[in-house]
This record gives sequence, structure tokens and C-alpha cells, in this order.
Amino acid sequence: MSYLHIENLTVGLKGTGDRLLRGVSLSVDAGEVMGLVGESGAGKSMIGKAILGILPRSAEVLGGVIEMDGENLLALPPRLRRQRIGAKAALIPQDPLTALNPSRRIAPQITDRLVDILGWDKARARDRARESLAEVQIPDPDRVLRCYPHELSGGMRQRILIASAFAAEPKLIVADEPTTALDVTVQKQILRLIRDMQARHNTALLFVTHDLGVVAKICQKMTVLYGGMVLEQTDVRSFFKAPGHPYSAALLAATPRHDDPAASLTPVPDHVVQAVRAEVAAADRMQRHG
Amino acid sequence: MDDIYDVQGLRLSLADMARKPLFGPAPRLEILKGLTFRIRRGEIVGIVGGSGSGKSTLGRALLRLLEPSGGRVLFEGTDITHLPEAALRPYRRRIQMIFQDPMSSLNPRHRVGQIIAAPLILHGVEAPHETALRALDQVGLPRSFASRYPHELSGGQRQRVGIARAIALRPDFILADEIVSGLDVSSQAQVLAILKDRVRDLGLTLAFISHDLSVIRRLCDRVIVLYQGQIVEDGPCDEVFAHPQAAYTRELLAAIPDPDPDTDWF
Repeated sequence: MSYLHIENLTVGLKGTGDRLLRGVSLSVDAGEVMGLVGESGAGKSMIGKAILGILPRSAEVLGGVIEMDGENLLALPPRLRRQRIGAKAALIPQDPLTALNPSRRIAPQITDRLVDILGWDKARARDRARESLAEVQIPDPDRVLRCYPHELSGGMRQRILIASAFAAEPKLIVADEPTTALDVTVQKQILRLIRDMQARHNTALLFVTHDLGVVAKICQKMTVLYGGMVLEQTDVRSFFKAPGHPYSAALLAATPRHDDPAASLTPVPDHVVQAVRAEVAAADRMQRHG
Repeated sequence: MDDIYDVQGLRLSLADMARKPLFGPAPRLEILKGLTFRIRRGEIVGIVGGSGSGKSTLGRALLRLLEPSGGRVLFEGTDITHLPEAALRPYRRRIQMIFQDPMSSLNPRHRVGQIIAAPLILHGVEAPHETALRALDQVGLPRSFASRYPHELSGGQRQRVGIARAIALRPDFILADEIVSGLDVSSQAQVLAILKDRVRDLGLTLAFISHDLSVIRRLCDRVIVLYQGQIVEDGPCDEVFAHPQAAYTRELLAAIPDPDPDTDWF
């Protein structure tokens, strides 16, 4: 039994018939990293947001099952659901600039969750925050805990968000494009850190990204999405050997690579885009007449 | 004499307002520390470096959006380093820029047609609206897009409008500053293909600023690697990628996550 099991998850735009996620199913085991890839608007972030119960106000879950630790989150009353999510799951957000409150010091931004959701006392929460910062190799954690976000570099802030995500020992982490805003050299350090932390804590990790290179390095399984629909779900090795869907193959050919420039940055052909759009439209028709 | 740019010992410092005392001048922050290089006509040069390496500042100094504090910038043999704005005006049409974020560089209240035609009118180009429509053709957008607003376009389409605006003036030199970093791989590939084709068939010279070496490899003839305001490597792409000399270039190359799960990357 997988730690996270999603079945037929459908998310729609309130007040319209539009669907943002079209019956998505996926499973992630403890200790496993699943990549969610697709273009912007493909719904990859939406999956993470639906799991964590932080969908935008304009969106709502229309159907499906989100099972975490064998329990369907969508069937729980809202209060209990929030508590379960807070205790068992965490988010590593994309932009370290906006994810931290600029007017508060680092310490309370990490400890608030431990105190409010897990009910720890303040001293214990602060000790844990210090330990977590040390675990992500931040030198002089005590000084950093007293800092404001603007006093720290982008890479440092992203480390803090990783420390904060792991602080409550969650079993599931959603990382939403955690390195997109970073430099390549810093990106590599952060990816290594996420991989090491995930392996040490045996966390189930959902890694949202549009960069197939990053998927190749950090994920074991992957899901390719288009228009909120799953096109392909496979293990990473077989994907890079032979993508199973024409659209994913085109996406791979469009990815820049320095070691093979001639075979990279090929624009996705129009007929492939049209075919995948038709597939999405057909799925909608099926559902309506279903 | 086929250099479009000849840059000699270029230095640029800015006031460090974060450390300005209450009274008295702010300390100077050295951004560019003596850069010397040439750009040949018709060449596509990549400028690469980490954040804070000075690559955008260098671009802005080439366009004289910033005034260098030392060294010389020659554009077709003319020293434009400290040229006053009025004297620069004739050069402005010939030196164009495409910006990183099309959402903030395209006026949200103007239609695409107006956006492309505005600089044409400013520089007194004949038949500006017809020229603007032709520029849309050249970047592969339908002419009907002239009556749309930027928010109605996708990221890739907006960036193509940015290209259209730059090439409509028939400049000699275009600076593209991180123009694909906000785009998906699929639209990135498309925008780069269009940019490369237009640069080649209009015979333009392009400086392409990016932090992504894979993109530079595909697009550029030559690459300049910046590290902390200094050039650490400058050479033809093939050579630099095959035999990187500088330690920093090797580090950049090693940090690229290539789409291959089998190599031991970490």
C-alpha cells in the first residue's frame, strides 16, 4: 500500500464547467521520488495544492480520492483534514523570496507550525529548528534563526525552507519547482540536499518541475501531464530510453542539452500539440456522456 | 575593421545604497572589473555567468543604458563611452534590446500593433504600421495579433512580440537578456528558433545573455563566461564546451542537469 494514493482526482474551476485536473491517478511510496512534469497550465502544481488542501479559492475538488497513510483526506471533516495534512505532509515552495515573511525573523517562521499543529512547547520547537538548520548544513544556526529573510541569500533561504519542511518529520513532501529561481550551481547543491534529506528520512516526495534534466537526476518515477490529464506514468529510466507518448517525446526533444546540441531545442511540432489537445477534448466528451 | 563592438578595459561601479551612511556618499560597488573583448559583425555571442556576475550590467553598458566608470566602448569605431544622450540618439535605433520579462516590458494598456509601431514612429520610420505588421509575419504571429493586448498572449507569444519590436527597426545589434528563462521548454525552443533564423537572415549581430549553458551551446557561435565581474573565458562555443579552461566554466558545465538518469551527476 502506497503512502500517497490518488485516484481519479478531478478539480474544477468554480462556477464553470472547466476542469483543471481530469481524473488524475498516481501513487507514491515512502522513500520514493515522483516527478510531475508538464508545461505551465498542465496542472502539475494543482495536484500538489489539492493534496495539501491549498487550492486557490476559485478551484474546487469535484471528485476522486486522495489517500494518505490509508485514510481518504477528502472524506474527513475540514478541521481534522487540516490537522492530518499539517502533521504528515509539508511543502517546499518555489520562490524563497515570497515564501518567507519579510517582517519576521526566521525562528518563529519555522517553529510556529511545530507549536500550533504538533502542540510542542516553544523550547522544544526551537531546539528542533536549530537541529533542522544544522541538518541542511547552515553554518551558525543560532545566528540564522535571529536573521530576517533579507539578510540571507537565495540559496540560504531555500535551505531554510527545506529545513522547515522536514522539521516536523512529515512522511510526504511536495516540492513545487524548488530550484527554478536559483542559479545552476546553487540548484545542484539544493537538489543534492533535497535528495539526501529525502533518503535519510525515507520521505515520499512529489517533485513538481518543468525541467526534464532535473527529473532525470532526482526522481525514480514520473508522471507527464497535459491539460490536467495524465499522458504517461513510468519509471524514469524507461522514459529517457523511450518516452511512451508522442507529446512526451516532443517535450524531451525540446529540452536543451549541452552535450548534444544538435538533438535539442526542437520546437514541439504543431501536429503533436493538436493531437494531444484532441485527446483532452475526447476525455471531456467521454466524461460528459459517461 | 569588422568589429561592431570593441570594448577595452570596461569598468562600471554603482553606488551601494544598502550601505549608504546617513550623511555622505554611498560606497561604490565594483560590478565590472575591466572587461576587454570584441564582437564581430554577424556573430551570435553568448554571455553567461551566475547571478551577480555582472552579465546584465555588461549588456546595459553596451547599450549605454548605464554609463561606464572606466575603459572604453567603441561602437563601429565611435567611442560611445561617455557620449551625451542627444549624441547617442542616432545610435539608439541601431542598438536594440529584448527584455527578460515580457509582462513588464510590454505596455499592458497598448495593443501589440502600437507596441511594435511606437519606436518606429519615434525614429521617423516610414509606414510604421505596415512595418509593424511585417515584423509580426517575421516572428510567425498572425497579423490579427496587432489588435490584441499583451495579457491575451501566452508567454512565448509575448516574447515573440518583443523580438518583433526589436527587429522592426532593422537594427545592427540586438541584446537579448535572459529572454527564455521564464518560458516552458516547448515555447523556449520555438522562440530561440525564430530568433536565430531572423538574426541570420537579417544579418544582425546578437548578444545573448543567459545563465543556461545548454541554450547558449545551441544558439551561439561564441561564449563569454563572466565570474564576479571578470571574463574568465572567451572562445568559440565548440572549443569552450569541449575543453573548458577556467575552473568556473567547468563548474557551470558540471552543474547542468542533463536529461540522462544513468550518469552519476551528484
